Amino acid sequence: MTTDHALTTEKLTVGYGDRVVIESLDLLVPPGRITAIVGANACGKSTLLRSMSRLLAPRAGHVLLDGRQVHRTPAKELARTLGLLPQSPIAPEGITVADLVGRGRNPHQRLLSRWSGDDDRAVAAALDATHTADLADRSVDELSGGQRQRVWIAMALAQQTELLLLDEPTTFLDVSHQVEVLDLLTDLNATRGTTIVMVLHDLNMAARYAGHLIALADGGLYAAGPPTEVLTEECVRAVFGLDSRVIVDPVSGRPLMLPIGRHHVSAART
Amino acid sequence: MSTTTLRAVTRGRVRRSRRRRAVLTALSAAVAALVVVSLMVGQTFYPPGDVLRVILGETVPGASFTVGELRLPRTVLALATGLCFGMGGVTFQTMLRNPLASPDIIGISSAASAAAAFGIIVLGLGETGVSIFAIVAALGVAVLIYLLSFTDGVAGTRLVLIGIGIAAMLNSATSYVLNQAGQWDLQAATRWLNGSLNGSTWDETVPVLAALAVFGPVLLSQARNLTMLQLGDDTAAALGTRLERTRLVSIVAAVGLIAFATSATGPIAFAAFLAGPIAARLVGAGGSPLVPSALVGALLVLVADFLGQFAFDIRFPVGVITGVLGAPYLIYLLVRTNRAGGSL
Repeated sequence: MTTDHALTTEKLTVGYGDRVVIESLDLLVPPGRITAIVGANACGKSTLLRSMSRLLAPRAGHVLLDGRQVHRTPAKELARTLGLLPQSPIAPEGITVADLVGRGRNPHQRLLSRWSGDDDRAVAAALDATHTADLADRSVDELSGGQRQRVWIAMALAQQTELLLLDEPTTFLDVSHQVEVLDLLTDLNATRGTTIVMVLHDLNMAARYAGHLIALADGGLYAAGPPTEVLTEECVRAVFGLDSRVIVDPVSGRPLMLPIGRHHVSAART
Repeated sequence: MSTTTLRAVTRGRVRRSRRRRAVLTALSAAVAALVVVSLMVGQTFYPPGDVLRVILGETVPGASFTVGELRLPRTVLALATGLCFGMGGVTFQTMLRNPLASPDIIGISSAASAAAAFGIIVLGLGETGVSIFAIVAALGVAVLIYLLSFTDGVAGTRLVLIGIGIAAMLNSATSYVLNQAGQWDLQAATRWLNGSLNGSTWDETVPVLAALAVFGPVLLSQARNLTMLQLGDDTAAALGTRLERTRLVSIVAAVGLIAFATSATGPIAFAAFLAGPIAARLVGAGGSPLVPSALVGALLVLVADFLGQFAFDIRFPVGVITGVLGAPYLIYLLVRTNRAGGSL
């Protein structure tokens, strides 16, 4: 099902109220790969994701999907190609996992159309892919944080988009659940060719799982490229204002950032 | 995808939609039964056969007047306002993702009521004029509450608290109008402050039926979009929902239902507030809450009016009974949100 979709921004400027968050950003999301957006708090990571998925209109410039402006594309039509899992989606009280995942079918349904066999198949496939099939009839309220996050990803999968944007999919999860979610996204990318763009807080997880890193600083692009080129000590200093050492991760061979706080300056020199 | 999962998904969905259909059938049957019973029971008892003949337009001595002119408009009005309150109330609760954000809590029903009281008592408007005046006032207050609470995001505590304040102000305005007009009799007071079906005629019933015929289908056309809004604005939008259009259409239609119903009976206390949560308990959270809530609203108003008329030595207006039923639930909601440390 892979047709490579090109998602790009051209001189994109977005903001809220009087505040400009991102200014004149040119960006290219490599199709068929996993891209992680990293940067300090409030540097515009979520804003960029919201703008790329049509939720926030640009002040200037464009977001283009296959050369077409996403803000001129009808909402449902866009939602069949590009999915977004926001940072804190809300589960209606008492809803079952299967029903929640089924909501992901909305862009494929018309006003009066009935639930179809395709919808059932998409929900079942999404549950299987996220290992949540045995939770299908449970109420979402009863689930643990890790289970719940997998269910939300299942909802985004039921949408069957070739591009999936995720805003901090691993926040509030312990390390084993973080790895589980990121492994799952890697599986999706490998088996279906889904293009994945995610905002991640954890630089090391970003460097390990993403093939392409985008580092934002002050609403602009600081660097973009493979993790080995982007995640450097200079980059960490420029983006986060933090001294660090970057070594080679013995597990993955990717760069691994070790922060140096005020209390470890002398130890870090040796 | 494995076939076991597919089978489980299909089976689960069929089971839940069967349950929903069973609950809707039971609710409709209960509403129909109550309609028939309220037409039969009163100072004189008429058997179902007589009631049916009156409805079909035959002349039955005694029953033609009592059932046809007294009980039928009252029962139809109870049914229609119940549907309006139930559907309008749950629209707000769903859209704002907060059971407290019901139009009878946040001042929208109070606006319709104050406008209706003012229109009838001070301006001497007719039924249509009153309904239009009420809907304009209710829309105005809805916009006002939205603007005043805008900074916090619309679903916030601010909206509920500002709405409660505005409701209190409007209720005192209603009392003032009733007082100034020198018509401070119990009937008028309970009607505009609590809601009452006493003395209902076809003049009041017809505009509510018309509102239901116009705004009901409009609201139902937004049923799926409204359920998407439950997931949060960003998620709903990312799944292809047009937020602003859904909100605008839903607010206008829901306010229309509430305002027309309120201008006929007054703000039947807590009917809009209670219908949605009760319906959600009965049908589950999977599908659209509009139709189940409308039926629960109708059931609530019919039961409360029946109890008010016949369960006690004196006759209570319907709003007094729904008020007694609704207050404990309001307290329960406040205690629960407080205990969970959440916002209102």
